[in-house]
Amino acid sequence: MQPTSLAFQSKAAAALADPNLQTALGGIKTGWQRGRILAAERLPEFEQLRDQARDIKNHALANLDFYLEAFEARVLDAGGQVHWARDAAEARRIVQEICESADAKTVTKSKSMIAEEIGLNDHLEAAGITPVETDLGEYIIQLRKEPPSHLVGPAVHLTKDQVADLFEQTHGLPRTDDPTELVGQARTVLRQKYLQADVGITGANFLIAETGSAITVTNEGNAELTQGLPKVHVVIASLEKVIPSMEDAFTLLRVLARSATGQEFSAYTTVMTGPKRPGDLDGPEQFHVVLLDNGRTGMIGSKFQDMLRCIRCGACMNNCPVYLAAGGHAYGWVYVGPMGSVLTPQFVGIESAHTLPNASTFCGRCEEVCPVRIPLPNLMRHWREEQFKRQLMPSTVRQGLGAWGYLARRPALYRLATRLAMGVLGRLGKKRGRFARLPLAEGWTVSRDLPAPEGRTFMQQWRQRQRSRP
Amino acid sequence: MSDNERRRAAILGRLRDVYRRSPEDEAAAIATVEQRVFHPAPNLIPARGQLDLEGRIELFTTMARNVQAEVERLPRLADVPAATSAFLRRHNLPQKLVVAPDPVLQGAGFASQPLLRLRFGDADQHDGAGLTLAFAGIAETGTLMLCSAAERPTLLAFLPENSLIVLPSARVFGAYEQAWQELRREQGRPPRSVNFITGPSRTGDIAQRLELGAHGPRRLAILLVDDLQAG
Repeated sequence: MQPTSLAFQSKAAAALADPNLQTALGGIKTGWQRGRILAAERLPEFEQLRDQARDIKNHALANLDFYLEAFEARVLDAGGQVHWARDAAEARRIVQEICESADAKTVTKSKSMIAEEIGLNDHLEAAGITPVETDLGEYIIQLRKEPPSHLVGPAVHLTKDQVADLFEQTHGLPRTDDPTELVGQARTVLRQKYLQADVGITGANFLIAETGSAITVTNEGNAELTQGLPKVHVVIASLEKVIPSMEDAFTLLRVLARSATGQEFSAYTTVMTGPKRPGDLDGPEQFHVVLLDNGRTGMIGSKFQDMLRCIRCGACMNNCPVYLAAGGHAYGWVYVGPMGSVLTPQFVGIESAHTLPNASTFCGRCEEVCPVRIPLPNLMRHWREEQFKRQLMPSTVRQGLGAWGYLARRPALYRLATRLAMGVLGRLGKKRGRFARLPLAEGWTVSRDLPAPEGRTFMQQWRQRQRSRP
Repeated sequence: MSDNERRRAAILGRLRDVYRRSPEDEAAAIATVEQRVFHPAPNLIPARGQLDLEGRIELFTTMARNVQAEVERLPRLADVPAATSAFLRRHNLPQKLVVAPDPVLQGAGFASQPLLRLRFGDADQHDGAGLTLAFAGIAETGTLMLCSAAERPTLLAFLPENSLIVLPSARVFGAYEQAWQELRREQGRPPRSVNFITGPSRTGDIAQRLELGAHGPRRLAILLVDDLQAG
């Protein structure tokens, strides 16, 4: 997918004026955001579990080579195959080859962000293989030819009426806007696809070195039908998904659903180990795991290593004021919200995505809610520095930052300048208490008033109070 | 060297270049990794599920009902056929059922329900209701743990719109770790598929409204059986 992240500003402006999108996004605060708070309150150990979840991922990231080797050995023991892919193109080719060797016409897919990252669907289609997304949200956006707008709810940007319109066009049935009937329609259509499919492709939330297992987490049960019905199952996962043991998986699972949707546990957590065993009445005959690097080994030991702890829960976006206003598509690539603002520059290059680390108020909510405590604002700050270093911002911004930097490093001068500015602004704005328009501040005043300063700076007030102390 | 081996060596090589461990560090890292892979120890287990058996059964029941599962406690295995039939009647479903060919379920005495048409085997797309046996229950979140085997095919709990699952009361553990430890003790390596199931299938993908029965079962009935002996 070609990134369009540089158009963040104009897309965000359009998003703010889109009533359907604003309605759809409004539900996140009362739904997932509130759900997370309640779920955390119900589990007294939640904060300690977050610390442990962070430590497990840190430990795995410090020993990835050994854990990957252990994982591979167990997969082979269980009769599966492991394929290593250095980049997106290799991963696409490997999946295509597996599909071709199975003579696949149709492949079903359960939600995989890695498949989105490598643009797998377009590639398979070009090779004459029809990929069918089975997660209801992914199915909806596949029909609309859109990228996901959220990690957990890929179609969260749509209202019920928009889905009703889409299904009317696609399914050729009389229009209904009853959610139960809409879900029923998708269930019926996709049920046939499951049965037709030659290959099932799933992602993985975790890979377990101890057992060579892949773990999927869903609410719909689509991963189980995707991997359970076709002859061939392909798991596509990035390297950093590997963790030591099932015990570690349970700790991470305890914080995953609670952080994502506020559920105590997702409806289905499935641990898959190898192909079907002798005597088994169902299950795939082949079990493949594609391990994708795609730049991740380069993040190990870098300023961005912490990002590899991410377990894709979506809490950072559910709690981000920028995401909740602009929606996911404004971010212009596969990963959205605060985690996307850190990851997208990594994958597509800072020169194609430097708007994203700036699309943040640095309020810190994302870091506060992250189940594995990723310092997201800090990581965005690293990208901003990188952007400044590479001169990727307009010269006016650079000069402005330069001027501010000059002042900020000279406290006496800084105080004098702010004293003068606050004094003038205070007098000018005394009557109304705010400015509807202000030269050089149109960026602010075009959409809201600027409160007028009181007339004296903090430092002036501080000194005065110190003096008047008894 | 195959292509795959070359790509593997490149990726692992890149990682080792980054880690640049001294021989001592490497030995220490290997020891830690082996410890964590071969002798995994539980991390923090929440206090919530650490109760006596009756307490665990009660918590399991509450948590499972909170996620729209039906839970019924039965004294004996021989009560399962009648409870199954009653479930189908209650939901206006045909008296038709596919049952896991597990010796325990085969010994449940389905002959006591002559109106119930049943077949032992795996589910297909025409089956409306499936019955299988859980390995364990987890009180913490009202979760079932199902282990695949020749006599317990996995699709039984996913393809039919109605899923009935027998759970021996004595197998309700407090935490996932305790159930998994029991699996390790009994089987060593995990079976092909271990399914943790918490309520019926659901989706919030249309305007974040909870809808049941997205792909998997619309209804989940858990039959908690105290005495698993046949007859």
